[in-house]
Amino acid sequence: MEQTAPLPVSPIFGRLTLDAIPYDPIVQATFGVVVLGALAVVYLIQRYRLWGYLWNEWITTVDHKKIGIMYMILGFVMLLRGFSDAIMMRLQQVMAFGGSDGYLNAHHYDQVFTAHGVIMIFFVAMPIITGLMNYVVPLQIGTRDVAFPFLNNFSFWMTAGGAVIVMASLFLGEFAQTGWLAFPPLSGIDSAPYVGVDYYIWALQVAGVGTTLSGINLVCTILKMRAPGMNMMKMPIFSWTSLCTNILIVASFPVLTAVLVMLSLDRYVGTNFFTTDMGGNAMMYVNLIWIWGHPEVYILILPLFGVFSEVTSTFSGKRLFGYTSMVYATVVITVLAYVVWLHHFFTMGNGASVNAFFGITTMIISIPTGAKIFNWLFTMYRGRIRFELPMMWTIAFMLTFTVGGMTGVLLAVPPADFLLHNSLFLVAHFHNVIIGGVLFGTFAAVNYWWPKAFGFTLDRFWGKVSFWFWVVGFWTAFMPLYILGLMGVTRRMRVFDDPSLQIWFGIAGIGALLIALGIAAMLVQFAVSIWRRKALSDETGDPWDGRTLEWATSSPPPEYNFAFTPVVHATDAWADMKARNYARPTEGFKPIHMPANTSAGVILSGISVVLAMALIWYVWWLAILAFLAIIGYAIYHTFDYDRDCNIPAEEVAQVEQSRTERLSGAV
Amino acid sequence: MTSAHNDKHDHATTAHEGEGDHDGAAHGSLRGYLTGFVLAAILTAVPFWLVMERPLDSAQATAFIVVGFAAVQILVHMIFFLHMDPRSEGGWTFMALIFTVIVLVIAVSGTLWVMYHMNTNMMPVHEMDGS
Amino acid sequence: MSAMPDIPRTSFHLEEEPHPPEGGSTMLGFWVYLMSDCLIFAILFATYGVLGGNYAAGPAPSDLFELELVAINTTFLLVSSITFGFAMLSMMQDRLRSTLIWLAVTGAFGIGFLGIELYEFLHLIHIGAGPQRSGFLSAFFLLVGTHGLHVFFGVIWLVTLMVQVTQRGLIGANRRRLMCLSMFWHFLDVIWIGVFTFVYLLGMLQ
Repeated sequence: MEQTAPLPVSPIFGRLTLDAIPYDPIVQATFGVVVLGALAVVYLIQRYRLWGYLWNEWITTVDHKKIGIMYMILGFVMLLRGFSDAIMMRLQQVMAFGGSDGYLNAHHYDQVFTAHGVIMIFFVAMPIITGLMNYVVPLQIGTRDVAFPFLNNFSFWMTAGGAVIVMASLFLGEFAQTGWLAFPPLSGIDSAPYVGVDYYIWALQVAGVGTTLSGINLVCTILKMRAPGMNMMKMPIFSWTSLCTNILIVASFPVLTAVLVMLSLDRYVGTNFFTTDMGGNAMMYVNLIWIWGHPEVYILILPLFGVFSEVTSTFSGKRLFGYTSMVYATVVITVLAYVVWLHHFFTMGNGASVNAFFGITTMIISIPTGAKIFNWLFTMYRGRIRFELPMMWTIAFMLTFTVGGMTGVLLAVPPADFLLHNSLFLVAHFHNVIIGGVLFGTFAAVNYWWPKAFGFTLDRFWGKVSFWFWVVGFWTAFMPLYILGLMGVTRRMRVFDDPSLQIWFGIAGIGALLIALGIAAMLVQFAVSIWRRKALSDETGDPWDGRTLEWATSSPPPEYNFAFTPVVHATDAWADMKARNYARPTEGFKPIHMPANTSAGVILSGISVVLAMALIWYVWWLAILAFLAIIGYAIYHTFDYDRDCNIPAEEVAQVEQSRTERLSGAV
Repeated sequence: MTSAHNDKHDHATTAHEGEGDHDGAAHGSLRGYLTGFVLAAILTAVPFWLVMERPLDSAQATAFIVVGFAAVQILVHMIFFLHMDPRSEGGWTFMALIFTVIVLVIAVSGTLWVMYHMNTNMMPVHEMDGS
Repeated sequence: MSAMPDIPRTSFHLEEEPHPPEGGSTMLGFWVYLMSDCLIFAILFATYGVLGGNYAAGPAPSDLFELELVAINTTFLLVSSITFGFAMLSMMQDRLRSTLIWLAVTGAFGIGFLGIELYEFLHLIHIGAGPQRSGFLSAFFLLVGTHGLHVFFGVIWLVTLMVQVTQRGLIGANRRRLMCLSMFWHFLDVIWIGVFTFVYLLGMLQ
């Protein structure tokens, strides 16, 4: 719906009318497919009577492993949505030449590129890294759960709630048409009077609560719950990078929260923070949101640096080269992440001194990153490298990311940035580091830890098919964008006049198709592996000859992770244990104290989604009710003091006995 | 184990746990609270007096003193009311505070610097002096 | 838990199930939350710093602020800080009644603070100096209002805790909760120092 005049607001339905359902046939077809898919899922759940199982074992769980898996599923589902947007953009830009308007009108196209960015960052990359950290960190540091298990469940459901809000915008109303950071005045009420930007704001706010709380949770987990003997400098690198990531989350998401509050006040109350008159200052929004936005970049990449470190060391059969320098490089990046934000708006009109300062800090931050690359190379040097899938992704990362990093340093030079700002060169650069870094790292991690989570390895053939399609597809899709960017083509364009550009968009479109095949191959890989799980099963719990504690327990790990709390003497704790012929204890089990499941997380998140939808559609009575319900339910929840349960020693003994049998059967 | 209270009688080793301050997070004492309160009262009263009565002619000097008093008062509150201690929780609360202060200083001073530059450069009414 | 107990180099697990103190991470976790909250305020202060001079031909701080009112407000908050301190001291001596009384006194001062602030806001809106009037007033209402909102939720939390302490006594969980609220309350006091200094006092000097 393209709205120019403000809609009448009814007291009961707010501005929600039947007109809110999009007439666009593409959206309607998508809606049909989604509804059919949802009905099929509901039918299957009903058919196999899975409601109780889902509720008890997954939705209300406080087990960090299951929550981690749910985050990963959320991330991968949203990846499909975000990638559909990408394919649509590629297709539009190939078609819209020579007077053709393509197949997307401006209103739709603007939503597509906005949704693509928002979804890929907030609802793909963030859930995936949070899921990885949630799953792996407690196992790596030898503890039974995170510091605040209930909060963990709540965080997940808030993130999922944000995703629900974004998805709702596809079928009810519209999404923002502002680009993924919704700069005012374009996102102000005068330029964007309908619901799009409100969807954007509330999706991010709801998910942001989850992200911040999960950050606090993991910081405390890592600081307080490490196994005895694991001092900070014996902590696995992935846990270190996770710690720094979560510190960045805790110390940057509040900025996003605050700046979005101001934007919503401008839109809802008529304040003048970012307006163009009455003393508002739109440049302030750009400044503030990048104070969050730049640390966010490192929030995304740091955990994957940890993954690459673990993978390189494991598959080279060596200790990580330069462990200490790796830790310091990570910490330096964490601090420097806060002093580079201005390089995102060199062209906005700062003086030379400001631009020079931020240009130099930006170049400095590439030094610790470069140190990391060399550490990985030296770890591989004279190692016995096994080219398993995680290692293949790691090498692809090193080659791809280095190029992306170098184009980043190029953009860090302010005069160069004046030429390349907002061009497709920039688009190519950040896809180069985000796909080459975050996604390739995710795929390395998924192939690496899948056997830990499910007890069987992933199929190698389809993994390789996916790998080659992805890597070749990535280079084919984004190298043309570098070229187009250097030729001066700006981003977010819907139609083009110059026919000589079309060939490059054609090549990029082919690349996107190859990536689509890579994604399809990955889904096939998952399906085939689940199908062949007996043949691919791993009874040892340590299929890769791992070096850190998560490989010391069974695959999948029992609910309590470790029957006895491990004691750590060296950096690669599990490698050390194996080297010293550690014998797994088979008796003397004690009862284990664990947190109990809770439905409070999903209920609170559900009401939050209702609150957000009410605010988006101006249904004020519902917003008030939902707000009171959140407060009331939260207070009610604090009256529940019994949040724990015990796993009796007999049950632990039973679980461990069955593992003993499996181990002896496997050897 | 429904609460730490019941727990107290179960294990000899957990005698210190019921308090919830096992890592030595200090609670302060009556003396500490009163000292803090008196200091805070003085540190609040003086700036108010300085601004309301204006015994100093220079607004700038008054402003400097007022900000100085605020900085000291924040420290007083940190020490006597929030019981900041570099050793509590293994030093992590203090580390968190230091890190937050660093980020806070960067964000606030950086914003003021950047926005000042942009305002002077981008305001059409302002005479451009080539800076 | 990371401190190395006396375990030989050849031993790789604890024989006994360790008993990590219940709620052992709560205080640190709450502190980390407060730090993130502190950064929200940092951004609001920065916004006030940038927009605070944009009056849009409207009223300036010296036209609007009444320092007498702010002084009373500040006194309320400061006194409520020490009364909360007394509540914590009573809690440490296991004196239930006295804890509850001091909490009630603290809550009363908190409500008094909110009352005065609400009066100030309504007065400003009434004379046409609402948050829509200028960038300065938008930033002012947001900064001071966010602090007030925190105090408001602090009061709700305090009442909830009084009910819980009455119901269950000063058990470990309730002590932890009281200590968290205590940190929250004193933290808001620290923020208020920034507010009255940078917004009100410096505003009146301009």
